[in-house]
Amino acid sequence: MTAEQGWFEASQAGGAWIVKVGGRWDIRTVERLEAQLRTVGAAVGAAPPAEARIDLSALEALDTAGAWLLQRTLHSLARAGTTPRLEGVRPAHAALLERVAEAEAKPRFLPSVPSPLVALIANFGQTTIEAFAKGRDLVAFFGLTLVVGSRILMSPRHIRWTSLVSHMEQVGLSAMPIVGLLAFLIGVVVAYQGADQLRQFGAEVFTVNLLGVSILRELGILITAIVVAGRSGSAFTAQIGTMKVNQEVDAMLTLGLEPVEILVLPRLAALVICLPLLTFYADMMSLLGGAIMSLLALDISISQFVKQLQGAIKLTTFMVGMVKAPVFASLIALVGCFEGLNVEGSAESVGRQTTMSVVEAIFLVIIFDAAFSIMFSYLRI
Amino acid sequence: MDDTAIIQVRGLRNQFGDQIIHDNLDLDVRRGEVLGVVGGSGTGKSVLLRTIVGLNRPRAGTIKVFGEDITAMSDVERLHIQQRWGVLFQDGALFSSLTVAQNVEVPFKEHTVLRHEVIEELAAIKVDLVGLPPDAGGKFPSELSGGMRKRAGLARALALDPEILFLDEPTAGLDPIGAAAFDQLIRNLQQSLGLTVFMVTHDLDSLAAICDRIAVLIDKRVIVDTMANLMKVDHPWIRDYFHGPRGRAALAGR
Repeated sequence: MTAEQGWFEASQAGGAWIVKVGGRWDIRTVERLEAQLRTVGAAVGAAPPAEARIDLSALEALDTAGAWLLQRTLHSLARAGTTPRLEGVRPAHAALLERVAEAEAKPRFLPSVPSPLVALIANFGQTTIEAFAKGRDLVAFFGLTLVVGSRILMSPRHIRWTSLVSHMEQVGLSAMPIVGLLAFLIGVVVAYQGADQLRQFGAEVFTVNLLGVSILRELGILITAIVVAGRSGSAFTAQIGTMKVNQEVDAMLTLGLEPVEILVLPRLAALVICLPLLTFYADMMSLLGGAIMSLLALDISISQFVKQLQGAIKLTTFMVGMVKAPVFASLIALVGCFEGLNVEGSAESVGRQTTMSVVEAIFLVIIFDAAFSIMFSYLRI
Repeated sequence: MDDTAIIQVRGLRNQFGDQIIHDNLDLDVRRGEVLGVVGGSGTGKSVLLRTIVGLNRPRAGTIKVFGEDITAMSDVERLHIQQRWGVLFQDGALFSSLTVAQNVEVPFKEHTVLRHEVIEELAAIKVDLVGLPPDAGGKFPSELSGGMRKRAGLARALALDPEILFLDEPTAGLDPIGAAAFDQLIRNLQQSLGLTVFMVTHDLDSLAAICDRIAVLIDKRVIVDTMANLMKVDHPWIRDYFHGPRGRAALAGR
């Protein structure tokens, strides 16, 4: 029983218990004291005495945890039919004991926890409803952007050229190294894998056809769109979201500025202009990668490659890829800005919306790509 | 024991780049007192608080808390001493992904071996001690008002029954009624839990209402005295501070 520890001793005198409490009753000793009290409680069990006199005069230190334990002990004594009485309480301890008793007496708020199955179903339902609600909001946002956009086109002096050019630099020019590198590598990979398979039929030269069609129709635009969604869509959300947290968007509204006009349109326009350019650049880099791979692995010279490519593709093949670019650009920009404007309150929300923006943008890009494929096959392009 | 310095700062120097914030600053905080720290913007009130709690390393000087020099301490030793103080940041600094109750439970889970039910009980008591309604425990910080977030932050700071409570502008951003209630809360807790309170504040009403002594940061140093004595000091800033219209109003309401 060192000074560092709390202790209690119980003895019986007549019909009453005399419990001496001493030492430190604080957060560091409460765990052990609680365990001891439980053993004592279990041992007494059936035959509790009529009265318990609890002597606190040897108590050296008491904190909230210790006071809680004392109060809880008094409660369980009272429940067992014993009248507890505190003796030798110091004024400093009395205030704390009283305050803790008051806190203890209040009803506890217990959150109701539904069963896992119910929670699962509820969660599924909620997510579905939210997904549809978001779809509706996104369409509404698209409409709003169109309305504001057409108003701006009517009075072109409202076009924010500085902002537009600055965004074009960020989403277009700065994206060139990464888009170029990835496109080049995809060209290399497709050429290599295609050559490997086609060689079995002695049809290596058709690698060029495979490359031309797959890159120009699908891969070039898809790679570019996914990289841009990750790079610029997320940046849009984070930029606008941070402004939302700083109440800059509210400030714009009070100054009579239209956030859609200032924040959304320049980004949308920049991306709609830059994504087709990036796609063309990615197409060229992919074909270059494919041509170099064909030269190295298949001994197809560059001039042979170009000739074979001319026979394999038509202008429509190229156009099929390019026509998707402005659509994907709009999707990415709209989702990015929409999620940015949906940021609420905290910095944590910015992170959450940014993640959502990237996931949704890539999801929508792939869905629309599939829709384009179906449409083109109906149109026999 | 009651009148000794629980925090003892000697020759403190803080410097960011060329800018010297504190130079040769001495400060004693006595056990059981409420010390208010005031000063103009940029005089380093928050820096002083951050330096004492170890969030900012001083260029020179010693800081003794509970008689031990925290600037010369290993991380393990500091961890131990940190459990003996609590800090309330300006906006509560609650962990936004946890509920209020979970926020208060964090120090228990990290630093004690208590059973989960005991922790829940103790956390609920802390939530009540700071005057939050029982159902606040299940709410997330974003669902609370600024005043409630501060109270929740205070509950977390008080979790392990610290001996010293550091408060960074506890009443900033609260309405006058909320601020007065918070002042009273701090005073009550200070008395019932026997705390020493180190409070950075701009709020003259708080100073008048609950501070035993006031430390004024001026010319990179600090002048500590009771409010009545500080009023007599002939320094332009102190005169403007206590004898300006707001200072007079706060004193009149005393």
